[in-house]
Amino acid sequence: MDDKYKNEFGVFAERPKVEKKIYDGKYIFLGLIIFFAVVTSPLWQNLGKAIPAPVPKLDTPAIQKLAEKDRKCVQPLAFMRANHMQLLDTWRTEVVRGGNRDFVGPGGVKYTASLQNTCLDCHSNKAQFCDQCHNYVAVTPTCWGCHLDMTQKLAEAK
Amino acid sequence: MTDFFKLHFFVPLAAVLGLVVVAYVGVQANLQLLFGVVVPYMAALIFIEGMVYRLIQWTRSPVPFRIPTTAAQNKSLPWIEKNLGEKLDNPETTKHVVGRMALEVLAFRSLFRNTRTELRQDPDHPEGARLIHWSYKWLWLGAIAFHYAFLVVILRHLRFFTEPVPGFVYLLDSVDGFLQFFVPVVYLSGLVLLVAAGYLLLRRILRPELRYISLAADYFPLFLILSIAITGILMRYFYKVDIVAVKDLALGLATFKPKVVAGIGVIFYIHLFLVCVLFAYFPFSKLMHAPGVFLSPTRNLACNSRWVRHVNPWNYPVKFHSYAEYEDKFREAMIEADIPVEKES
Amino acid sequence: MAKAKVTVPTPAEILPGISYKTPEKGWMDVKPDFRPGTYCNPANPKWLEWIGYPYPRAWHVTDEDWHLPSDWKETILQGMEDRLSRFRSLKLFFDICVRCGACADKCHFFLGTGDPKNMPVLRAELMRSVYKRYFKPAGRLLGQLAGARDLTEDVIKEWFFYLYQCTECRRCSLFCPYGIDMAEMTILGRELLSSIGINIEWTLASVAQCYDKGSHIGATPQAMKDMIDFFAEENERVTGIYTPITYNRKGAEILFVAPSGDYFADPGTYTFMGYMLLFTYLGLDYTISTYAGEGGNFGFFMSHEMGKRLNAKIYAEAKRLGVKWIIGGECGHMWRILNQYMDTWNGPADFLEMPVSPITGTKFENAATTRMVHISEFTADLIKHGKLKLDPMRNAHIKLTFHDSCNTSRGMGIFEEPRYIIKNVLPEGHFVDMPPNTIREKTFCCGSGSGFNADEYLETRLRGGLPRANAVRYVHEKYGVNHLGCICAIDRAVLPTLLGYWVPEVEVTGISELVGNALVFDEEIERTTDLRDRDLVGVGEAEEGVEAAEAAEEEE
Repeated sequence: MDDKYKNEFGVFAERPKVEKKIYDGKYIFLGLIIFFAVVTSPLWQNLGKAIPAPVPKLDTPAIQKLAEKDRKCVQPLAFMRANHMQLLDTWRTEVVRGGNRDFVGPGGVKYTASLQNTCLDCHSNKAQFCDQCHNYVAVTPTCWGCHLDMTQKLAEAK
Repeated sequence: MTDFFKLHFFVPLAAVLGLVVVAYVGVQANLQLLFGVVVPYMAALIFIEGMVYRLIQWTRSPVPFRIPTTAAQNKSLPWIEKNLGEKLDNPETTKHVVGRMALEVLAFRSLFRNTRTELRQDPDHPEGARLIHWSYKWLWLGAIAFHYAFLVVILRHLRFFTEPVPGFVYLLDSVDGFLQFFVPVVYLSGLVLLVAAGYLLLRRILRPELRYISLAADYFPLFLILSIAITGILMRYFYKVDIVAVKDLALGLATFKPKVVAGIGVIFYIHLFLVCVLFAYFPFSKLMHAPGVFLSPTRNLACNSRWVRHVNPWNYPVKFHSYAEYEDKFREAMIEADIPVEKES
Repeated sequence: MAKAKVTVPTPAEILPGISYKTPEKGWMDVKPDFRPGTYCNPANPKWLEWIGYPYPRAWHVTDEDWHLPSDWKETILQGMEDRLSRFRSLKLFFDICVRCGACADKCHFFLGTGDPKNMPVLRAELMRSVYKRYFKPAGRLLGQLAGARDLTEDVIKEWFFYLYQCTECRRCSLFCPYGIDMAEMTILGRELLSSIGINIEWTLASVAQCYDKGSHIGATPQAMKDMIDFFAEENERVTGIYTPITYNRKGAEILFVAPSGDYFADPGTYTFMGYMLLFTYLGLDYTISTYAGEGGNFGFFMSHEMGKRLNAKIYAEAKRLGVKWIIGGECGHMWRILNQYMDTWNGPADFLEMPVSPITGTKFENAATTRMVHISEFTADLIKHGKLKLDPMRNAHIKLTFHDSCNTSRGMGIFEEPRYIIKNVLPEGHFVDMPPNTIREKTFCCGSGSGFNADEYLETRLRGGLPRANAVRYVHEKYGVNHLGCICAIDRAVLPTLLGYWVPEVEVTGISELVGNALVFDEEIERTTDLRDRDLVGVGEAEEGVEAAEAAEEEE
């Protein structure tokens, strides 16, 4: 025993030596690695891949038949991109609850409020127009619980 | 309202509002590259580096003593049996320590134990009042609702970072939105997160002793998380943005093929910026309680120090009064009192 | 040092008036109010000289100038840095608190005083704020906004006031979602205070006496022998069984180490008589040491190091005497230390053998490395194996509730053994537990642990003990409980005062005392009283009965 040693307070004597190292590092860093591995694991498969965003196809026969200036949706494009689900929801309520199929778009153009007969009339390519974006952002709209994809059904019937 | 409260409440509030303004002005000035790409990457980098740095700081200090809080019967005579709960509350083996930690981390075991004590005036009592204690689970409920809602919200956001989107995200999505009201379908987790964070904030403000102890460091993360939740909810239900474009941007970040995507509304950038700030702030704040709880020496050690030797890495010899010194002092008296001695004189 | 005469308000004056309102000013601007009765006296410089600790000097708590050493600030900051590097606990507990407040109403001092700085979260913040100011960039930069503040003499005074209003009971650590342990921070904070010569008299006197003489009470070897020999005579007077004891005997199988409180004052002395009766009954080959005559460890209440310096004597003495293993008496913090520190500090105890009960052959595997067995474990094992003839009716005058001591509860986990013993030495139905939120791991402190037995500190002690006393009053009123059992010498020293104040009808007893009452020896005299000379139930009537029978015989 060191007789000079009086107590642990540095000003009086040498203090206890704490070796400069990582203590319990293997558990702690293993934990950290597991944490980061789990957190990032969903991202690995696409690492470095360029994944293009889907582009809705507008080349259906119905649209192509229209003159360039008539190729317009019931609302402007930017609105439709973000809000089409709400428009359809409003239509549904109006039609089912109010029996009202009249919809007036910008510029006073009249449309029939109908997913089946108006929207899908032009956009008969559900897979390319609706589904690919819905799949891309993982939404499952309830539209198709009632509405049928007519082109597919007709093709099957033939 | 004390000046102390004003300082610690309003400064972080102003800071968070300031952050919102910064993002808004930045996007108006067409700094989408900065707010959509540079800031998120920087935030992720700070988060990871900060976390590693803080953990290294902690690991530089050893755990010299076994100081677990023993919350149940210790290992004793073989016929004193312990049920599973007692084994987890006073763990003897690594297996049970893992169980204790799992309960602590996943179910907030200690908080579940919470009680409330109140001084109740009672004129019939000889002293006119008495203390009563009862089980109080509201804080536990608020905390668990907050954390799990946050977790669900984060997991749901995987739909922006993965392609194809994994099945469990769809499952989570349908469970979270099972009430199927409003368009788009309302996610319960978002509401729960908002309500729970609101509760955590309100109790700080309304309960005097909590208001007394709360610091800016407590309000700031709450304001931040609340603003993140609010901007997220506004964006989903009210001020809509082009979600395909958002995913395009997010995937670009996740795949390290970053790109600036045009046509995303400003509210998205505000939301993203606040999230980035949260990530960057995390390692330098009390939010480190998340990794910290795993390191807590009152929880993560087996209570086996009576039968397994533990070494303190900085153990050092101490001067203590030796028996020889003691006997030298009392020898005569000891001999007289017939107490055995080593040396007779 | 003139002792201020302390007057304590009555229970009815204190209790309804406890206010949990927070002050108008923020906590950084509120200074402690050193009223008589609410602080401990500073240590006499001579004790510091005895143990070689720094800055012995005379100073007074109420003085403006505490005569701190000129470099006190550097010493504290260096000491803090040093402790941050040695104790991960400190770093972690400073960093991860979220101030959720779950600990607030768990602290008996907060409940008893209503002072918000007695909420463990804020008591920790008193130190944390300094840590932030000097060790964290945010604190250096933002100051008060980051919860940081300069280290000033006022901060030191505040630390002194509040770190000595924490009994290191760890109740907060039980409820903290991250297990933040105020006791750990209190221990380290007191170390820091000690490093600039701030210590309290009660602790330091005990430490210095224990260091120098062998026990906190400062008994010389001959005085200790006198006291304990007297118990042997007392035992003979009450039971007819002389219970001799050997001192410092080499070659004994077992060294028995008790807290000195048990041979110093009532009611601990009756517990010691109980130990002696039990060991004599068994014919145990044991000895006690006058050198390591202290199981308790007040050193732990000033620093880890001093705890180690006192604790070292136990193993050193066991080695010198060549005993096989050690039994420890009923003591609270002693057992936290034996359980969580002893082997790490002063082990390995490889010169001892695996503890095996010579009576039952039970191997105490749970003490495989410390080789030190708790008297309650030892006794419970004997009872389980039917080795003790017990007459519970001799405790029929006792209606008991059991106080789980903080240290044995949250620093060890000994709950079942004492209850098992109690149920075997008391008649059926004579034991009731207090309400579940106040016992076992959730137990409330006696209010005077960790070196607070001092008289000058009475008011705060009584306030701190309120939650415990309040629960005792509950079972007293509801079930007629008249005794509070415990396995802690500090409890036996301070609970009589506490209960005398709040629940005067309840007395305090050790568990081994109850065992001593109940033990039936073959050659004993007829017992008419318990170890405290109180009449046993039925003694008076039995005599009348005998007289009546004799009278009837005569008539025939």
